[in-house]
Amino acid sequence: MTLALETIGLTKSFAALRASDAVSLQIEERESHALIGPNGAGKTTLIGQLTGEIIPDSGRVHLFGTDVTQWSVPRRALHGLGRSFQITQLCMSFTALDNVALAIQATQGHSFRFLADASKDKKLNDPARDVLARVGLADRATIEAQYLSHGERRQLELACALALGPRILVLDEPMAGMGPQESARMIEILQALRGEITILLVEHDMDAVFALADRISVLVNGTLIATDRPAAIRANEQVRAAYLGTEAH
Amino acid sequence: MGLNRSTLLAFLLIAALIAVPFAAPYIGGNYIITQATRVVIFGIVALSLDLLIGRSNLVSFGHAAYFGLGGYVVAIASFHLANDIPLLGWAGSNEALVVWPLAMLVSGLAALVVGALCLRTSGVYFIMITLAFAQMIYFIFVALKFYGGDDGLSMRSRNLFAGERITNATTFYWICLGALALCLLVQWRLIVSRFGRVLSGGAANERRMAAMGYSIYAYRLVAFVIAGMMAGLAGALYANLNRFASPDMMSWLLSGEFMVMVIMGGVASLFGPIIGAAVFLLVETSLSGATEHWQIFFGPFVLLIALYAPRGVWGLVRGGGK
Repeated sequence: MTLALETIGLTKSFAALRASDAVSLQIEERESHALIGPNGAGKTTLIGQLTGEIIPDSGRVHLFGTDVTQWSVPRRALHGLGRSFQITQLCMSFTALDNVALAIQATQGHSFRFLADASKDKKLNDPARDVLARVGLADRATIEAQYLSHGERRQLELACALALGPRILVLDEPMAGMGPQESARMIEILQALRGEITILLVEHDMDAVFALADRISVLVNGTLIATDRPAAIRANEQVRAAYLGTEAH
Repeated sequence: MGLNRSTLLAFLLIAALIAVPFAAPYIGGNYIITQATRVVIFGIVALSLDLLIGRSNLVSFGHAAYFGLGGYVVAIASFHLANDIPLLGWAGSNEALVVWPLAMLVSGLAALVVGALCLRTSGVYFIMITLAFAQMIYFIFVALKFYGGDDGLSMRSRNLFAGERITNATTFYWICLGALALCLLVQWRLIVSRFGRVLSGGAANERRMAAMGYSIYAYRLVAFVIAGMMAGLAGALYANLNRFASPDMMSWLLSGEFMVMVIMGGVASLFGPIIGAAVFLLVETSLSGATEHWQIFFGPFVLLIALYAPRGVWGLVRGGGK
């Protein structure tokens, strides 16, 4: 079985700080995998190396069996990596529909098309509407992203990632800043995707993590200290000491 | 309602531009026609610059370079023809349908080279490096003594248009207005197309665009080249208007004035930059007629626009501020 995502000895330092220390992570296809760790553990740095925004000092990143270590962010995206950001990244002056249509457009070859009106293009709008419906934003299509609520923006960001038809979704704290209701809704949406798309979920919300993850990896001080089933992670003494002990209880 | 008001303004602008040749005999004759021609030509430049500033969030501070290059192409082509000196085996030409596209080609090529380098930077660095390249081109032409150096290069006559002489100011005005209409049409389709959407997406959120698989650099470079070509066409027209091209057409002062026109008229609006060019030239001529220190008054005027109409005249009329 090919792995969806594999890192081999990924190492990245910022001055004296080792943000990633020989991280070897394996995520199986169609697996829902959570990455947890206390603040400053190096989760964001690791995600950056997976998506291509940060170049590792050493080590490799493989995406569906292809070495993508030297690939740019857009190239990885077109290879099947969709992502959401810790801080929402949307085109705020675009409507919800146009944000998603822009993602659909990216999957339809180059955009050096100069004449036809893109906002009336059925080849963009129809699939975009479908994706919006999947994340529960069907009735918000014509609202500009800047006027959506925080929770809706997170859903829209997910829609932008989904519109790429990704084989793996990398979600950086999708529940961050959400109220309990919004979180529950997001968990529901992600549950529906589980098993269909490979998911790598970075999250602080432990309810979400245990509800969604098939396996959990724990990152502490740039090192992976455990990768296991949720129940085993819960019972792991090392994890408890480093992380759960201080945050969950 | 906002849409209606801005549509009305656009119609007013178009009507005024069309009315100029008919009204001119009553309000100042050829002088008015010439001023209106300047508005139209600078309108083309401002429009093209807005493709960068307004639509792509690329603040180019060297747009005059492509304007000036376009001017020099027609002046040089006519210089070689008039003096019977072949240019690398080419006799030169005085035919607009040859040299105007040539001007666009040369300006576009310059924009391709400069853009390819500048677009690797962003923000303030982009502003400074576009300025630096424009200054380089400026000083090259100051040093080209063969073509007049800093005295500039005069044209013996205007270009022929499809073999016909354009001596009549009104005829030339119509040609310039036609060029503006063409540029407006091109820009409008560019903006609503898939290409335009990628540009404005890149202006709104570059990280999101990368995460969706867009390599924005190539799109920006094409926009930079298109804007350069339009400026080149405007430069060719301007050289014809004055029968003269000079390094002043490439100066950073003029680049700055183009930026003021765009911002004063309203960024990211189709007609705003043209209105900006009209207001700029109108205020400039009326103030400079009153006092030689007109810039003392012009400065605060620009400041007032920046403070009270951050989206320019267009935004002011359109209302809403959003």
